[in-house]
Amino acid sequence: MSQSLFEKVWEAHAVKKLSNGQTQLLIGTHLIHEVTSPQAFGMLRNLGLKVKYPHRTFATVDHIVPTKSQTEPFADKLAQEMIQALRENCKEAGIKFFDIGSGGQGIVHVVGPEQGITQPGTTIACGDSHTATHGAFGAIAFGIGTTQIRDVLATQTMALSKLKVRRINVDGDLMPGVYAKDVILHIIKLLGAKGGIGYAYEYGGSVFDNFSIEERMTVCNMSIEGGARCGYVNPDEKTFAYLKDRPYSPKGTEWDAAVARWKALASEPGCPYDDVVNIRAEEVAPSVTWGISPDHGIFVNERIPTPESAANDDERDSIVEALEYMKFQPGTRIAGTPVDVCFIGSCTNGRLSDFREVAKYLKGRKVAQGVTAIAVPGSEIVDHLCRQEGIDKVFSEAGFEWRHAGCSMCLAMNPDKLIGDQLCASSSNRNFKGRQGSPIGRTVLMSPVMVAAAAVTGTISDAREVFEMNSDAA
Amino acid sequence: MPLDKITSVVARGVHVPGSDIDTDRIIPARFMKCVTFDGLGQYLFYDTRHEMDGTLKEHPLNDPRFTGAGIIVAGINFGCGSSREHAPQAIHKAGFKAVIAQSFAEIFFGNCATLGIPCVMATAGDIEVLAEAIEADPSVEITIDVEKCEVRYGDKSFSVTIPDTAREAFLAGTWDPIGELLDGADAVTATASHLPYMGA
Repeated sequence: MSQSLFEKVWEAHAVKKLSNGQTQLLIGTHLIHEVTSPQAFGMLRNLGLKVKYPHRTFATVDHIVPTKSQTEPFADKLAQEMIQALRENCKEAGIKFFDIGSGGQGIVHVVGPEQGITQPGTTIACGDSHTATHGAFGAIAFGIGTTQIRDVLATQTMALSKLKVRRINVDGDLMPGVYAKDVILHIIKLLGAKGGIGYAYEYGGSVFDNFSIEERMTVCNMSIEGGARCGYVNPDEKTFAYLKDRPYSPKGTEWDAAVARWKALASEPGCPYDDVVNIRAEEVAPSVTWGISPDHGIFVNERIPTPESAANDDERDSIVEALEYMKFQPGTRIAGTPVDVCFIGSCTNGRLSDFREVAKYLKGRKVAQGVTAIAVPGSEIVDHLCRQEGIDKVFSEAGFEWRHAGCSMCLAMNPDKLIGDQLCASSSNRNFKGRQGSPIGRTVLMSPVMVAAAAVTGTISDAREVFEMNSDAA
Repeated sequence: MPLDKITSVVARGVHVPGSDIDTDRIIPARFMKCVTFDGLGQYLFYDTRHEMDGTLKEHPLNDPRFTGAGIIVAGINFGCGSSREHAPQAIHKAGFKAVIAQSFAEIFFGNCATLGIPCVMATAGDIEVLAEAIEADPSVEITIDVEKCEVRYGDKSFSVTIPDTAREAFLAGTWDPIGELLDGADAVTATASHLPYMGA
């Protein structure tokens, strides 16, 4: 019977059935960072165990990294303690560590792909829920908890129940000003924040065929916001072109053999799926969130929902709670809402193509008075490439602060935080209460170009109008 | 590695209302700066329990009537969001032994299972009645019978759903899979040998 990529990769990595019916799954690539790994190394020591495959484990530091000054010791003693623990753990176990200043440091989900560590047909685990990002290459990538990190460190495997596969087709042509971020916000709005529980999402259709690898990463990245444990796109020529000559990509004859293997892994036409969802690209418009869950999405030209529009009591309670937290009036237009902070970065939208696209529109414009705007490259390599192209200058001249690489204000574990009830137009992935560092801070998720539009106007705005996008400019 | 068999959890309950209680709500990210999980319990639901100036807000976990509760009773999609284990660890370190909710986020559910915290699913109606019973008498003792997939309190009971894999692991004392995973070392080597990228 024809199989999906998920089935093939699962079979190739299944070690055995466990007594509780779960599968012991081989994790080929383990990515670790400073927040979720030190406790796992501690557990390992307590059990007298060692890292089994150090050469398949890769580390970087991202969550707690200050993006203004990276001189050590950091002002935050706990942050210093965490980076130090990671350095020592990596040194002791013989794990490759992309440290600050090495030229390779960055957000773990940016580093893996740019180093060529992320490859099709592999299984990847990382103690971070946005690990699904790596699915853009046709890898099966799971976010895991710290005890599972311990399991992967000690055995290079973990216990997992097999997922169902939902194929999500997006066909047709996206309108100008509509980006990968809008596609995934739309998918999450349609299927709900928990619609993907128990599923792997396989994204396909002409929109994904046409997407660059980095756009595919943006979509896969937010699979977890739709409840899906992982999300992926079948590998194709774009995938191979992206990986060619990366530091950890196969070389020479091994490259050709790898490409042949990768091609054979793609889901076969007509293979069975547990569910199929079809979406027309033309339906999608620039999207923003209005609430406190990633499925609280609307198009920028729409009105904020009213509690009366809810389908049931739970939804009504959820709308009321969100409106109260966001201090939004039901039934009003979201466009025109003043913003205090604009953030472009994160593992969702902190790559070269994101900054390049924004720079196209930001050139010659200025951030509105009273708005704090920061741009945080996803990695030292992204920073370097942006500088080479003069992108950092475009941002600085417009009034953005151009920072060092890290997770930054996506989750504010470093000094980059909202203050009070500031409202942030953010290219990140979560709009949970308190997510951006202030317990009452407010987050509105959107594409990087939409964040730029908010930055120059000082309000949530339709980027298509602000930047006069028309079909010719697409 | 012998583990306790978890056939049932008996404790008093506390009702934490609301849907989609995410991991950042369970423990705000700023409290995750730590190299050990010890001490995370004090930050459980911190921002919903404290005003900006640190004074206590009205919250079930601040209510002395529910001090010492061992079971959280919650709504839909409890624990959504991050894969960081800090949220289940905060629940664990704060002394909770189980959660009853309408549904759970998947990663959270798995993380809890590995810590020996049964997360069991019940209908909205049963949860509402249970929540009322706890409110009426916070000392009511709740039994989560993992074996029978049943919750009992006072003279009432209702059935709950526990996914088979988790249920069997609790009953067999294999809820922490590390022992079985280590046992499979030879099979792991064999599987790896068929995967060129695993290299030498």
